[in-house]
Amino acid sequence: MSFISVFDVLGPNMIGPSSSHTAGAAIIAFLAQKMISPPLIKVDFTLYGSFAKTYKGHGTDRALLGGIMGFSADDTRIRDSFRIAEERGLEFSFTPNEEETEVYPNTVDISMENEAGRKMVIRGESLGGGKVRIVRINQVKVEFTGEYSAVIVIHQDKPGVAAHITKCLSDMNINIAFMRLFRKGKGAIAYTIVESDERLPVEIGEKIRENANVHEVMIVQT
Amino acid sequence: MTDLKNAKELLELCRSRNMPISEVMRQREIELGETDADCVDSRMERAWEIMKASACEPVEKPVKSMGGLIGGEARKLADHQKEGKGICGDVLGRGIAHAMAILETNASMGLIVAAPTAGSSGIVPGLLLALQEVYGYSDRQVIQALFNAGAVGYLAMRNATVAGAVGGCQAEVGVASAMAASAAVELRGGSPEQCLDAASTVLMNMLGLVCDPVRGLVEYPCQNRNAAGVANSLIAAEMALAGIRQLIPFDEMLEAMYAVGKKMPSELRETALGGCAVTPSACAACGGCRI
Repeated sequence: MSFISVFDVLGPNMIGPSSSHTAGAAIIAFLAQKMISPPLIKVDFTLYGSFAKTYKGHGTDRALLGGIMGFSADDTRIRDSFRIAEERGLEFSFTPNEEETEVYPNTVDISMENEAGRKMVIRGESLGGGKVRIVRINQVKVEFTGEYSAVIVIHQDKPGVAAHITKCLSDMNINIAFMRLFRKGKGAIAYTIVESDERLPVEIGEKIRENANVHEVMIVQT
Repeated sequence: MTDLKNAKELLELCRSRNMPISEVMRQREIELGETDADCVDSRMERAWEIMKASACEPVEKPVKSMGGLIGGEARKLADHQKEGKGICGDVLGRGIAHAMAILETNASMGLIVAAPTAGSSGIVPGLLLALQEVYGYSDRQVIQALFNAGAVGYLAMRNATVAGAVGGCQAEVGVASAMAASAAVELRGGSPEQCLDAASTVLMNMLGLVCDPVRGLVEYPCQNRNAAGVANSLIAAEMALAGIRQLIPFDEMLEAMYAVGKKMPSELRETALGGCAVTPSACAACGGCRI
């Protein structure tokens, strides 16, 4: 059984009203914006399940928008995130989808576009108590929680890439907690997610990028 | 230190180390959380700061909730009591005003500490702040007592549930009230056994409470129930401090609460399909069923 901290009981410190519908939503969006280089110019949120039904009364929309602007779940600016987004010139929309029922009850798809014209879609699930997991990146099924520092590598599914990633990490003396590879099919685009207990140095991204089969490296940590 | 699994082991640790529940829990956090005392203490200080602010702001500045079902209750109670018209007495009067204030802060997208959940976040700080105001406890003493509350909540999280969707309101407000009762007993100089007797009493007295939020929002009846939780924790603490022992230990009450929760129909577990949520007045306030 994993350790339950006293701050899992008296916590999280959060903007209300709901740990799953507000804090969890903010955390998912916060993780999402870490996966694309700033600044964002446009974001669309598609809400499923209970998120779709009750998002206004729970402030799920404000929390998602706050998270996408880099606000943490206890940031009091979340209440004013609509106004702040408008001031920043960030275009945003919310679409409840109540037809799709084959999803976890509190699910959101976040479709982001940055100034450089890059697009990315992230699917996140809010599990309750402020715990979340990211389950899709650009239609590929993945899984990570954001509780650890993570490096996400988008690469071609070719021999030697995983070895290259682990070598880069060991060269920088980083201990791997979890490492998983997700792919659409053999030889196609793959996502390798490595999670570590320690904070990851930014240089690790440049190192991993040196391999010709690596397309992109993202470092996600709070 | 191997992790403590239940209240029985917690009491054994209190005895063998000659420590109150709060200190056993604090030491556990330092050892098993692989951190140091300064870090643990400053995090709890921050939690207490947020708790106090969330209990006081709505009295100064009442604010309407996101769903529009609550707002202004804490100010009304505070005014009523200031005019000397209160019938609850000082500790309970202040406790319910603080608890309702925190739920108002929560429902209007203010900053709170889930304790153990957002929907039950008013009870632990509500009662402890009232005790501090009436008896003059220092912040340090109250922060120490929060570790006691944390121990009780930890046992509920580990061995039962604190999610309304799983166990109903008894798991949220019930557990929060058990946490508050236990912390209050320690603050008043009670023994670890008395703390857990008080926690057991609360679960007994709130057994079967359903989770039936109007419009599915953390507003109503949640706010009222936080006030009820403070009252329940206060009477349980008073009984324990008076030396009344409980036949059923906390571990067994936790198991009973969990078993009752699992037997509740899903309509009464946070789905807004039963209880208060489906009364004609609640449905009228909802403006059309969308589920």
